[in-house]
Amino acid sequence: MPSDQPLLSLRVVFLRQFLRHGRSIMTSPADVANPLLFFFMVITLFPLGLGPDPTTLAALSPGILWVVALLASLMVSAKLFASDFEDGSLEQLALAPYPLAVTALAEISAQWLATGFLLALLSPLFGVMLGLPDEGLLTLSVSLLLGTVCLTLIGALGSALTVSIRRGGLLLSLLIIPLNVPVLIFGTTAVREAVLGGNPESWLALLGGLALGSLVVAPLAIGAALRVSLDS
Amino acid sequence: MWTFIHKLGSPPWFFGFSGTLVRWLLPVTVTLLLVGAVWGLLVAPPDFRQGNSYRIIYIHVPAAVVALAGYYVMAFAGAVSLIWRIKMADVTMRAAAPVGAVLTAIALVTGAIWGKPTWGAWWVWDARITSMLILLFLYLGVVALFEAYENKTAAARACAVLSLVGMVNIPIIYKSVDWWYSLHQPASIKFTGESAIDSSMLYPLLLMILAFYCLFALTLLLNMRAELLWNHRDSGWLKQLVGDI
Repeated sequence: MPSDQPLLSLRVVFLRQFLRHGRSIMTSPADVANPLLFFFMVITLFPLGLGPDPTTLAALSPGILWVVALLASLMVSAKLFASDFEDGSLEQLALAPYPLAVTALAEISAQWLATGFLLALLSPLFGVMLGLPDEGLLTLSVSLLLGTVCLTLIGALGSALTVSIRRGGLLLSLLIIPLNVPVLIFGTTAVREAVLGGNPESWLALLGGLALGSLVVAPLAIGAALRVSLDS
Repeated sequence: MWTFIHKLGSPPWFFGFSGTLVRWLLPVTVTLLLVGAVWGLLVAPPDFRQGNSYRIIYIHVPAAVVALAGYYVMAFAGAVSLIWRIKMADVTMRAAAPVGAVLTAIALVTGAIWGKPTWGAWWVWDARITSMLILLFLYLGVVALFEAYENKTAAARACAVLSLVGMVNIPIIYKSVDWWYSLHQPASIKFTGESAIDSSMLYPLLLMILAFYCLFALTLLLNMRAELLWNHRDSGWLKQLVGDI
């Protein structure tokens, strides 16, 4: 990089990287639709496997919806950094005079907007399909909104650690499923609490805390992990 | 003090030092294990309600305690390796992961064996059991990640990042699983206040915990020595050492 060019502020860097990745997501709508379709398909499997009894389904639905959201995030994070790694743009980002944590976070934010955020918005629809009582629908959506932030960040960490490994898919699930346990517990408990007529706010607050905490910690770890992957 | 820590980073020096350490630690560990096992399994009185089946705690509890401590050893070594790039820290982390995984598995299996006569089921989804299971996954993740990388320096750094993130997460996982559901009895040994366990049962248990710490240190050192032998199989100091023997 020529030295007479002034450095950009981190905010501009974040914004540019966000828009760049956002545009690349827009060019392949299938990548946005796939996780949602996956979510829809797996949800369909549960009534087929468990039987169509509405009370059983309603009782199990908070857990089902959350577990399937977790699986969808696994699927998304498996290829989060893959194309950037293969075409060399990740290397360029690492050479750029900006922290990799910031540029990676911009990319992850764009990704979250296209997957986790949409999933959270559409989740009440799937909740209705499984007979989740109306009281739980808003909580489901809010809990997924906060929870997918954590799921995406943790998934991105797993992706950053395994991106240089051939056939890293199964390894990725082993790495990130244990880290996702608290998110799953807080999320499902919040929804169940709302269905039972209790107050889900404390659980949602915990989820929000987790989301903010991982927003601080995860990008640093992701940056370090990406550098390891590029060195190997 | 500082020179000692600096020396620890040198593979030839560590190899010699750990050899001496192992020679002392081996008899101590065996003695502690034997005394603790005989005391706990034969001498200590049977439990009022559980009869003799409770005696498995002399394996179960030490394994669980040391398995958790092992994760912190691994994560600490990972932090040292990330910050100061000391090769010996990589070796320590690499050696600690399988030992910790085995101890976690022992704790899970002995817990299941004890659970069958006591709770009537091999496996129940109780908070502590589930957190131990997750700990096992965390250990296996580190082991598998290390194996997956061809370049072992990169592998060590990746594992260091992973184990540090895991360490941040462990308290959260424990707390969340605790709130989720608890059937397991609360911890009986407390450092402050009265223990809920009689001293005739407590002392052999404490002895066994000490024995398992020694066992962990011993297997860790042996593992590290094996790793060093392999990593330095072509280097001069090792050939000289082997030549001397």
